[in-house]
Amino acid sequence: MEDKDKKIVSLHLKLMPYLEKYGILLLLVIMILVMHILQPDVFLSWRNVTNVFKQISWQSMLALGVFMVIVTAGIDLSVGSIMMLSLMILAVVAKAGAPWYIVVITPLIAGFLCGLFNGLGITLLRMPHPFIMTLGTLYIFRGTGNLISGGTPISGFTDEVRYLGHGRIDLQWLGLEKSQYLPVSLVLIAIVYIIFWIFLNHSKTGKWIYAIGGNPNAARASGINVNKILVIVYSLCGFLSGIGALILAGRTDSGYPNAGLQSELDAIAACIIGGASFFGGRGTVLGVFAGVMIMGILRNGLNLMDVSSFWQQVLIGSIIVLAVYVDVLRRDLGTRK
Amino acid sequence: MSATTNPLLEAKGITKYFGTITALENVNLKVHAGECLGVVGDNGAGKSTLMKVLSGLYKPSAGSLFFQGKEEILESPRDSQNLGLEMVYQDLALAGNLPIGENIFLGREPTKNLGFLKLLDFNKIKELTNAHLDKLKINVKSADQKVEELSGGQRQAVAIARSTAFNANVVIMDEPTAALAIKEVGKVLDLINSLKKTGVGVIVISHRMDDIFTVCDRVMALFQGTNFAEANLSSTSRDEVIGWIMGKK
Repeated sequence: MEDKDKKIVSLHLKLMPYLEKYGILLLLVIMILVMHILQPDVFLSWRNVTNVFKQISWQSMLALGVFMVIVTAGIDLSVGSIMMLSLMILAVVAKAGAPWYIVVITPLIAGFLCGLFNGLGITLLRMPHPFIMTLGTLYIFRGTGNLISGGTPISGFTDEVRYLGHGRIDLQWLGLEKSQYLPVSLVLIAIVYIIFWIFLNHSKTGKWIYAIGGNPNAARASGINVNKILVIVYSLCGFLSGIGALILAGRTDSGYPNAGLQSELDAIAACIIGGASFFGGRGTVLGVFAGVMIMGILRNGLNLMDVSSFWQQVLIGSIIVLAVYVDVLRRDLGTRK
Repeated sequence: MSATTNPLLEAKGITKYFGTITALENVNLKVHAGECLGVVGDNGAGKSTLMKVLSGLYKPSAGSLFFQGKEEILESPRDSQNLGLEMVYQDLALAGNLPIGENIFLGREPTKNLGFLKLLDFNKIKELTNAHLDKLKINVKSADQKVEELSGGQRQAVAIARSTAFNANVVIMDEPTAALAIKEVGKVLDLINSLKKTGVGVIVISHRMDDIFTVCDRVMALFQGTNFAEANLSSTSRDEVIGWIMGKK
C-alpha cells in the first residue's frame, strides 16, 4: 500500500514540471473547444478571432509587465495609470502638431519614466512593499494625466500613430478575402512576447529576476545588485504599459480620462491565472499569454452568448480563486517540507 | 602557523554597529593558505556578523581587511568574489526555484554569443556543474533538479560546490554541518580537508567541537563581539574551548 502511494507521488513529481509548463495551455484549449461547441458559427470565425486579439492587445502588454514584477515577488498596481498618463501625453503631443514619429515615441518614454519612478521609489525610499509605492503612483499618475489634459478626452490621431493599434496587414496575396486581414496588434503581441521570453529565459538579467523571486538573499549573496535589477524590472513594466497606451491610442483614436481604469487588476488576474505565483520566482511568459487569452476568450464568448457582464465578473473572479488554489496544491506536491 | 609568510586574509580592528548595538568591537582574524581556522562563540557573539563583513555583505563601521597583505575595501559580495573569498551561509543562500547548476553559477553564468545577443549557455552550465559535482564526489540525480527538491544535506553540498566552483582562495563556512545527518557530516569534513590540501584557506564557524577538532589547525573564540582567546589546536583541549565559549579562561 505504502509502495503504491510512493509510486503515485513520484509519478506526480515527474508530471509536475510538464503540468507547470503546459497545464494552462490545456485549459485554454478546452475553453476554445467549449466556446466552439456553444457558438459553432461565430466563435472560430476569422472576424471573431481577430477581434479577440484586438481586444486583448493592450491588456497583454500590461499583463506582461506586471508578470515580470510578480516574478520578483513584487506587485505593480500603477500600470493602468501609467498607460492612461502615457496616452494623455501622446494625445497632448499629437494635438500640439508634433510629427508622427515623435508622437509614437512619447508614450514609450513616458511609460518607461513612470516605471523608473516606481523602481527608484521602491528601492531608494526603501518602501516596505512595492504595493505601497505603486498604490501611491496609481493615484499620482492618473491625477497627472487629468491635470495635463484638463480631464477631457482628446481625439483624432493620424494613421501613422494609429498603425500599431488599428493597422491591418492585407492577406489577399494569399488568396484570402479582404475581410480576412491580420491585425498589426496581433503581430506586435507575438514579437513583444517572443522578445521578453528570450529576455527572461535566456539572458543573465532574466535569470537574476527569477533568482530574486526565489530568494533575494541568495541573489544578493551571489553578488547580484538586487536593487538595480528591480529598477530595471519596474522600468520595463512601465515601458510595456507605454506600448499599451500606443496600441490603445490606435484602437480608440482618443485619449480619455478613464483609459485603463482598473486594468491593473485584469493584468494581475491574467498573471495569476497563467500560473505566476505571488510568492515570486514562478511562472512563464507562455503562461501569461494563456492567462490573457483565457480572460479575453471568456469575455468574448460570454458576450457572444449575450451573458450579462455581471456574470462575467463572477466567472473571472471564480477562475482567479480556482487558479490560485491549483497553485497552492502544486506547491504542496512540488516542494519538500 | 608561520609568522614569516603573509596571511592570505587578515582582518584588523573590525568594529560593526547596528544602530546603538555593538555587534563587533575591534576584532582581529587571520587565515593562511592551506590552513583551517575555527571560529567559536556563543549565540550573539558576533560570528555571523564577522562573516558577513568578510563577504562584503556588511560594511564594517571601523577596521580594515587585507588580502595577501594588501588592503581591500569590499563594497559588495561581488568584490569579495573577485578576490576569491567565498561564503557558505548558514541559511545556504540558494534560490529554491532554480536548478542546481543555475544556483552554482548564479551571478556568474557562462554565456554564448548569438549575433549581438549574449545568451545563457545552458549546456555549458550543465557540463561544468556535472564535472564539478563529480570532482567533489557529490551525488545528485541531475544538475537540472530544482534545489527545493533536495534534502538538507544535498543543499549543503550544493552550497559548498557553489563556493568552490570558481578557484576560491578562502572559503568561509557558517555552521556547515548544523543541519546534516551524521553520515553527511563526515563527507563535508572530508571536503574541507581536501580544500586545505589544494592551498585554500578555510574558516569554519561551528558550535560542534567534533568539527573543530577534526579539520581545524587553529581556533579562536569570540565573546560578546570581541576577541576572547585563540590557540593552535595542538595546544588546547575541548574543555578549554568550551570554557571560552562561556566566557571563562
